[in-house]
Amino acid sequence: MNAPLKDRQAALQGMGESRLRKEDARFIQGKGNYVDDIKMPGMLFMDIVRAPVAHARIKKINKEAALAIPGVHAVLTADDLKPLKLHWMPTLAGDVQAVLADEKVHFQMQEVAIVIADDRYIAADAVEAVVVEYDELPAVIDPFKALEQDAPILREDLAGKTEGAHGKRYHHNHIFTWDSGDKEKADAAFSAAQVTVEQKMFYQRVHPCPLETCGCVASFDPIRGELTTYITSQAPHVVRTVVSMLSGIPESKVRIISPDIGGGFGNKVGIYPGYVCAIVASIVLGRPVKWIEDRIENLSSTAFARDYHMTGELAATNEGKITGLRVNVIADHGAFDSCADPTKFPAGMFHIVSGSYDIPAAYCRVDGVYTNKAPGGVAYRCSFRVTEAVYLIERMVDVLAQKLNIDKAEIRRKNFIRKEQFPYTSAFGFEYDSGDYHTALDKVLNAVDYKGLRKEQAATRANPNSPTLMGIGLVSFTEVVGAGPSKICDILGVGMFDSCEIRVHPTGSAIARMGTITQGQGHQTTYAQIIATELGLPSEVIQVEEGDTSTAPYGLGTYGSRSTPVAGAAIALASRKIHAKAKKIAAHLLEVSENDLEWEIDRFKLKGDDSKFKTMKDIAWAAYHQPPAGMEPGLEAVHYYDPPNFTYPFGIYLCVVDIDKATGETKVRRFYALDDCGTRINPMIIDGQIHGGLTEGYAVAMGQQLTFDAQGNIQGNTLMDYFLPTAVETPKWETDFTVTPSPHHPLGAKGVAESPHVGSIPTFTSAVVDAFAHLGVTHMNMPHNAYRVWQQLQASGVTS
Amino acid sequence: MIPPSFGYSAPRTLPEALQLMVQHGDAAKILAGGHSLLPMMKLRFAEPGHLIDINRIPELKGIREENGLIKIGAMTTENELIDSVLLQQKVPLLPEAARLIADPQVRNRGTIGGDIAHGDPGNDHPAISIALDATFILTGPRGQRNVAAANFFLGTYMTDMQSDEILTSIHVKPFSTNKTGSAYCKLKRKTGDFATAGAAVVLEISAGVVSLARIALTNVAPTALNAKAAAAALVGKPLTDASIKAAVDAAMAICDPAEDLRGDIEYKTAMAGEMTKRAIRLAASRCK
Repeated sequence: MNAPLKDRQAALQGMGESRLRKEDARFIQGKGNYVDDIKMPGMLFMDIVRAPVAHARIKKINKEAALAIPGVHAVLTADDLKPLKLHWMPTLAGDVQAVLADEKVHFQMQEVAIVIADDRYIAADAVEAVVVEYDELPAVIDPFKALEQDAPILREDLAGKTEGAHGKRYHHNHIFTWDSGDKEKADAAFSAAQVTVEQKMFYQRVHPCPLETCGCVASFDPIRGELTTYITSQAPHVVRTVVSMLSGIPESKVRIISPDIGGGFGNKVGIYPGYVCAIVASIVLGRPVKWIEDRIENLSSTAFARDYHMTGELAATNEGKITGLRVNVIADHGAFDSCADPTKFPAGMFHIVSGSYDIPAAYCRVDGVYTNKAPGGVAYRCSFRVTEAVYLIERMVDVLAQKLNIDKAEIRRKNFIRKEQFPYTSAFGFEYDSGDYHTALDKVLNAVDYKGLRKEQAATRANPNSPTLMGIGLVSFTEVVGAGPSKICDILGVGMFDSCEIRVHPTGSAIARMGTITQGQGHQTTYAQIIATELGLPSEVIQVEEGDTSTAPYGLGTYGSRSTPVAGAAIALASRKIHAKAKKIAAHLLEVSENDLEWEIDRFKLKGDDSKFKTMKDIAWAAYHQPPAGMEPGLEAVHYYDPPNFTYPFGIYLCVVDIDKATGETKVRRFYALDDCGTRINPMIIDGQIHGGLTEGYAVAMGQQLTFDAQGNIQGNTLMDYFLPTAVETPKWETDFTVTPSPHHPLGAKGVAESPHVGSIPTFTSAVVDAFAHLGVTHMNMPHNAYRVWQQLQASGVTS
Repeated sequence: MIPPSFGYSAPRTLPEALQLMVQHGDAAKILAGGHSLLPMMKLRFAEPGHLIDINRIPELKGIREENGLIKIGAMTTENELIDSVLLQQKVPLLPEAARLIADPQVRNRGTIGGDIAHGDPGNDHPAISIALDATFILTGPRGQRNVAAANFFLGTYMTDMQSDEILTSIHVKPFSTNKTGSAYCKLKRKTGDFATAGAAVVLEISAGVVSLARIALTNVAPTALNAKAAAAALVGKPLTDASIKAAVDAAMAICDPAEDLRGDIEYKTAMAGEMTKRAIRLAASRCK
């Protein structure tokens, strides 16, 4: 008897099922294996002496007292790394970064020296004992001041260099100019426009702040000449390549392992001085060296995100049809340009800035600037600068709507790229794969009774005794994710493909290895579901392994929502290679032609005859036992997937806030998030990712900011000040979806984990500003914390 | 985030603890819940040579009613205050306010005595104690002495407690259930944060007239503030919008906050006024 089809289907726990996360059993029992859980025999500990000031010359470093502490093995400075040519290192953005401050300090908390000791307690004491004498220089914190003619020269190592990695530098603190679109055409649209609007906005410096800070355990074996490093990396294969290039150790003798990773959000893409120092220390001392930064170090010195000073302009008709877009950005990159973007894109995918709208003429320009702040500029739960771009266009559409007194839903409807226009090529040259924005917008507006909300808002505004202001935020975002096609996307020359290797074992279980690395996304769960559906094997018997460069095929890692769009496609196509071979084996076993077979859930069967079949499990055994004559035994495949295009997930988010007129506190009454990520692999994990992304978006919009005083002292670099919302602060999220598959992706999937972050942030601003819109306010910079909102209440003359 | 090395003792009795304090002199520091002291040590802002951990001294724990007073052992945790039926009935301000302190994990370890003895104006119990007219029992080598909460706080991290004394108990008068109302209003950025501003209010209303008022403010000056003029503005008359405004103005007049990321002086002062207003109204609504 054959089991009913639906039972066989359910037994696979394949795509579309809300399969419970395989990872959680170990995480919720404290059985994860993070970098700081790694212990090796003879392991030493490294700690870092950091600069107390933002800009200074180093006069003298005195190691004597530190070296005199029992248990201290070494104290290393830039001078010690110089003979190895490791005192500076290349960045992913084509710049160089000091591994240890070389004669000069460029930001507060910069790495100045390292100490290596028997344990972390001795190391911490030794850090205190290293005496560094500084000659302070004026710090430059404001990127606009950095570009003034007589601004101090920050990067003396680049003195006289008028050509950077991305073209001409017009000022000693200027890094690059990058532009996109057609300036003349855009200017012409503005000249001819019936109406124009302009808005300046500052997207504040924030930090991804993963729960696990960065760190590594480097272990160099001097006998074998092999280097093994456990590391908090979202891209272990890239780390291996870079480490090999820097150290001269052949890539085959470098093994990089990303074990369990406690969140990344872009913070763990780059190579940090701490990693390089730990590796050097292990090579020099011939012993394993562990380095784990603390929270203050993580927030102060590792990669920040955003810090974009943006000016947006829209040209439009009196009816609200957008005819042109111009954007100008001053990008504060800090002391070194260590953005983690595809090499050719110093401002990432910022040119997605035309958003979900059919805008005929557009131009954007980004100028990167050095300041005395920590380097970074990473994609914090987003695809390369997409968050900044979406923020800008969504704000601008609201500003235009306000100017023309058109409802913000209506103006979006009027300007959306229409369903029948896909594939749609934007004014910046992106080819949007698919979308149906109008349907999604209507679904959200109906779900929340948008008209009713507007009526309620009008009543609240009319009531002078109302203790609150009510605001309604609306955003219709389109992301560009899944970097990317290797013809345009590479990192250090390596194309941004990704990979999958699947081995089906004789008894019908399987192992799959990928070039990506999960940091909480649930790859072990969802990847197995793809294979289960593709191969008809239960996901329960499919092991997924990532993160060990010695076992996994090469891949560019997990960030920019690229795992499903790129590695997910590689999984599907590797599975299909196995599927094709399995079909031949089935035909052989059933003694029929391949053309007589059809696939049904978990088996090939003779067309029209349910009694003649071979399950994938049967076939796996045969592949090792009695393959057809002339066929290679075994059942495995590798696929490297180079995507033909990006994917373009989208969503419609709506938010209702009530602002306390007395305290400035903003309460999110309602947040409705509709996401379209194409084909949905695991709805439960998608919901979880959306909840997480919305919560991080809420954090950014309402509280997160790294601020500096005039001397460049970083402020708020602990979790006392830096806002990580707990369950108490987090609003209740309502989620919804539509499904518009990607036409070019083998599964139709587009990626989802970053959409809620990218989409929610401008939604909160839209809602908060909307509360003040009747008072003539068009924009408020984030974060919308109570103090700042209260200042707006005062400025707008609102009294309680 | 690692402190320099330090000594550690965990006495089982109060005399033993007092003896250790004499023995270690200025190097000694009492460890209660540790939620203020340990972070300061990790940041190396505080570097005591010897910690005397008083968590294992049973006589410092517990809440009881005795001779018309509610007596709270200094090592009683915030969660024990919240769970105490005696306090819920007789001094409801304490369990209500304790709920607004930090988060459940911190409240499992953090103690009322540690919160008070640390002398941090950002802590909540100083203002609450002042509003409750609490008495602190300090025990030292010369015996016990009682200090009124209103006289205890001298400056940031500075109190009337001598370096060889331990705060052992907090005494509070039970509320007259029919006419006393109280409230603690605290504005904070997020769970676990110190107050941007907070106000503790205890009111008694008899026959429609405010017969007693005590108001104290959190984190808007170098110490918790006893807002006497604000309280006086309410007493002897019915509670009206005008009297509340007078009290709020008086409370704001004594604020002397430091600017930080929570806000500037203007905002914090305004919020102290707003919290005072809300706490007065809430407390009044609880006077039966």
